[in-house]
Amino acid sequence: MAKTKQIITTNDVQHVAQLANLPLDPAKIPLYQKQLEDSLEYVRIVQTLDLDNVEETVQISGLTNVWREDVVDPSRTFTQEQALANAPSSLNGFFMVNGIMKE
Amino acid sequence: MIEKSIIELHELIKSGLLKPETLIDEVYENIAKYNDKYNAYITIRDKKDVLADLAMASDKKTSLLYGIPYSMKDAYLTKDVRTTAASAILEDFIPPYSATVYKKLQSAGALLIGKANLDAWGHGASTENNDFGPTKNPWDDSRVAGGSSGGSAAAIASSMCKFSIGEDTGGSIRNPSAWTNTTGLKVTYGRVSRYGAIAYASSFDTIGPMGGSAQDLAIILETIAGVDPYDATSSPEPVPNYLQGQTLKVGNLTIGMPKEMYSHGLDPEIKSSIEEATVEFKKIGVKVVDVSLPIAEIALAAYYLIAPSESSSNLARYDGMRYGKGRELFTTENIRRIMIGTYALSSGYYDAYYRKAQKVRTLLIQKYEDAFKKCDVLLMPVNPGMPPKFGQLVNDPIQNMLADIYTTSINQVGVPSLALPAGFSKSGLPIGMQLVGQKFAESTILNLGHKYQSVTHWHTRKPKL
Repeated sequence: MAKTKQIITTNDVQHVAQLANLPLDPAKIPLYQKQLEDSLEYVRIVQTLDLDNVEETVQISGLTNVWREDVVDPSRTFTQEQALANAPSSLNGFFMVNGIMKE
Repeated sequence: MIEKSIIELHELIKSGLLKPETLIDEVYENIAKYNDKYNAYITIRDKKDVLADLAMASDKKTSLLYGIPYSMKDAYLTKDVRTTAASAILEDFIPPYSATVYKKLQSAGALLIGKANLDAWGHGASTENNDFGPTKNPWDDSRVAGGSSGGSAAAIASSMCKFSIGEDTGGSIRNPSAWTNTTGLKVTYGRVSRYGAIAYASSFDTIGPMGGSAQDLAIILETIAGVDPYDATSSPEPVPNYLQGQTLKVGNLTIGMPKEMYSHGLDPEIKSSIEEATVEFKKIGVKVVDVSLPIAEIALAAYYLIAPSESSSNLARYDGMRYGKGRELFTTENIRRIMIGTYALSSGYYDAYYRKAQKVRTLLIQKYEDAFKKCDVLLMPVNPGMPPKFGQLVNDPIQNMLADIYTTSINQVGVPSLALPAGFSKSGLPIGMQLVGQKFAESTILNLGHKYQSVTHWHTRKPKL
């Protein structure tokens, strides 16, 4: 088993958090750094196996190309009111979202 | 009354000797007495709404589930009934539609009592990792009930419902079943529609019944199984009559004991209980042979790459805009799993982690196929040890992972597994075992489980509350 540890830096933690859109509490970064390192240390067993000639398995349903008719199913449509019922913020029948551009 | 089997309750209701209202009253009395203590439910429905459902179901009296009170893990959408995934992100979420499994149970006249506690988003093996407080084990309230479907298991063990619907991604039905002396079924991937289920890891997630016996589970599975046009991964495989399947003889069956699954720090009392169970299986004519399945560690490693990867993708939708609150409300455990998944999928690490894990998955399928050449069913432990005290798992990511060492390979291969009681430790804690079948062989494992429960009494024991 390869024993060289995968080093996780503070920057790695911040980078992954940014990719996953997770607002991190800075005080917890050392905790995540250690936990990520420990967890990756365990799962690195997969890198010690000879898998060159092994196919990947992405799903095990045994099904391929499951189609349906391209028609609207009225039992699965929402009214505007239903669609907005759980929105934290809405205005004039629209979802209110945070701006992504600055003036 | 609630401790009787579903068939017994049905017969009593049908003959007029038991009113469903009496059963509902009994369940609500137990909830009033025990829920504060064990915290099995996140949301309890108003009794008057349940009684209104009962009135609406008056044309369903021939259904075996008519009038039977049940709970659902709070990971299923239930129209107009709050659904939280045990996360503060969804603490006010009222679903505008229902999961297929809920609709099917409504159609059968079963009565939803409430939504059961879990580890937030299914991330855990102890029902401690959430925003609604931990569920306590009815057998010892200083210990966890297991997870992530811990609320479901505790509600059944403390008679706060007759059965529950759990979700099993890496052991989340089987682990709490084994730690609470209840019976739980992880179904073949695709056997039950996942439409309306809050996803953890989509290629592993399965929906299954939890209850008091293999016979009860046969009835529930027959109701909830089958293809669903709303879930393209649900299987068109015909649904057999599972109850009738339990009348078949088992003398032609062979159980395989995978010796490697009895190592990795297995508690000796669990090992000896399962060995005693093999004596019972032999008495009912089943052959028991040794087989090899040397995969536990690589399976756990692959699981803890693939499941967080899929979960990080599934949880990306919670943006606090269309519904739910912001991402800052994920728990530490959620954040760690999302970050591991994101890391494993990220540029530069995808080949080294995610793709390797997908290849391991192929190896696991081959190893199970090899084992099933020598037997019909595998008999294995569910948990490596007794239910831990609070804080033992949640504070230690590696121990948290190792709690799943015997369960995760089954989800990656997609086969069904029945967890059922196998005895008690000297200290009085429940011990479970699992019967693993081949794909869509739920009938076989439910039948074997039923035959075992016909000659043993472990599953009938209830905790002193």
